Amino acid sequence: MQYYQPEYWEPPGNFLEKAGRQTLLLLRDSGRALLILAEAFACLKDAPRRHREVFRQMCNCGIRSLGVTSMVALFTGMILSLQAGLILRMYGQEVQVGTLVSQSMVREMGPFMTALILAASVGSAIAAELGTMQVSNEIAAMHVMSVNPASFLVMPRLIGFMVMCPVLTVYTNVLGVTGGMLVANTQLGVSPSAYYDNAIQFLGNKEVYVGLFKAWVFSLIIVAVACYQGLTTANGAVGVGRATRATVVHSFLLVLVSGYIITRIFY
Amino acid sequence: MLELRNIHKSLGGKAVLEDVSLRVEHGETLVVVGSSGAGKSVALQHMIGLMHPDRGEVLVDGQPMHKATGSRLARLREYFGMLFQGGAMINWMNIFDNIALPLRERNRWSEEEIAERVHQALALVSLEEVEHKMPVQLSGGMLKRAGLARAIIMRPPIILYDEPTSGLDPILSRNIDKLILHLQKKLEVTSVVVTHDLISAFSVGDKVALLHQGRIAIVGTPEEFRHADDDFVQEFINAQKCPEFEAATGKGDRVR
Repeated sequence: MQYYQPEYWEPPGNFLEKAGRQTLLLLRDSGRALLILAEAFACLKDAPRRHREVFRQMCNCGIRSLGVTSMVALFTGMILSLQAGLILRMYGQEVQVGTLVSQSMVREMGPFMTALILAASVGSAIAAELGTMQVSNEIAAMHVMSVNPASFLVMPRLIGFMVMCPVLTVYTNVLGVTGGMLVANTQLGVSPSAYYDNAIQFLGNKEVYVGLFKAWVFSLIIVAVACYQGLTTANGAVGVGRATRATVVHSFLLVLVSGYIITRIFY
Repeated sequence: MLELRNIHKSLGGKAVLEDVSLRVEHGETLVVVGSSGAGKSVALQHMIGLMHPDRGEVLVDGQPMHKATGSRLARLREYFGMLFQGGAMINWMNIFDNIALPLRERNRWSEEEIAERVHQALALVSLEEVEHKMPVQLSGGMLKRAGLARAIIMRPPIILYDEPTSGLDPILSRNIDKLILHLQKKLEVTSVVVTHDLISAFSVGDKVALLHQGRIAIVGTPEEFRHADDDFVQEFINAQKCPEFEAATGKGDRVR
């Protein structure tokens, strides 16, 4: 993997120069982030001998964000159920609330909410960790020792995300639908069996697979952004803060845009 | 053995190195001194291929380092061990695993052989019973020693030192100087030391080069350096004069 030195730019002369530079840097950074991701994929063969680190990253990604994921999933389902149920009740169709909640969660909200939580909690932590390693010369030392950071640092995080993001998405979906059921039963008077019948009746394989595919794509986006931001950090503590913020902001935007594109392609 | 030929490098439109040429022969110790921001670390990073020159050549044993990429660059880097300023130990690994990392990555040695080599390296830098500690549990001087143990674990023919005495008290600094000389003698390595500490430079260097505003102002033996007829060299020497400095350099004595 290439070693990315801190960069020094002269201040832009005018707005046009600034806009042009930002555009070119955006294209270059996107290319570099994709290259890092491609190299990490090429290093997947190293996974068996790095199994401890892979396992550590899977725990980092899955278990450490379980609490916040549970809360968000449960309350997202409850809010969806309440909002939709109140409108459906005006037409006497509150029994259909299960369909609405399950479709919303599995198609969109499950993968989307999970990705946002992972980007904000785990993605930012990855950027901060790798960024600190970069500014304290640990990444440079790896290059000097011919230790490939794509294999040593990025690949275990990639596996952690690729496995745990879809798993957490399924967990989010189940909790969200369950949260919806609680509200439907207590606030709207819909029985749990009627709720589940409706929730499952219109849920096809396509919804499930596309939802999981979205989760997988989101996991790649978060890893690429977080690792690239971390590995190119410059300017000490300020740079680490900047990399962390950029990881969250860029991941959120890319998850939103790619989520729309995938929905547009499959539906 | 190691040569920089007419290196030019600009960062952010500012020339950092201008026509820098340096040569280190086998078994020799070259010390590059200069004030902060003079380009010393940039020169060192060119030697190891972490930076590439805008113009000029970096030759390692006659092979062009500046053009090397991928596996060729990795092969050329096997010539080097490097001690970074803060030690650059990986924080979530203990000292043993840090030092063993280059060996494990190459997958050529058994765990018993790795353990033996790690213990040998730690003994060489007089650092024992720290292998199960984490880097945060070590002092600055111990971290430098641990970093040095990692730098020599592959028994490279060239060792680069980036500010080996910075942030250390004078006693620890002199101990590090002695350690550099000890390793030089024991392992017969070629060394390049980048520092702004003249006591250290005169103690360990066979040759001392002064980098000033991106150019080499002078290269010579410590004796030639001390008596150089150059205003900036004399200003640089005078700026560091103190009783301890006189004791170490005035009579031309070396720590060894």
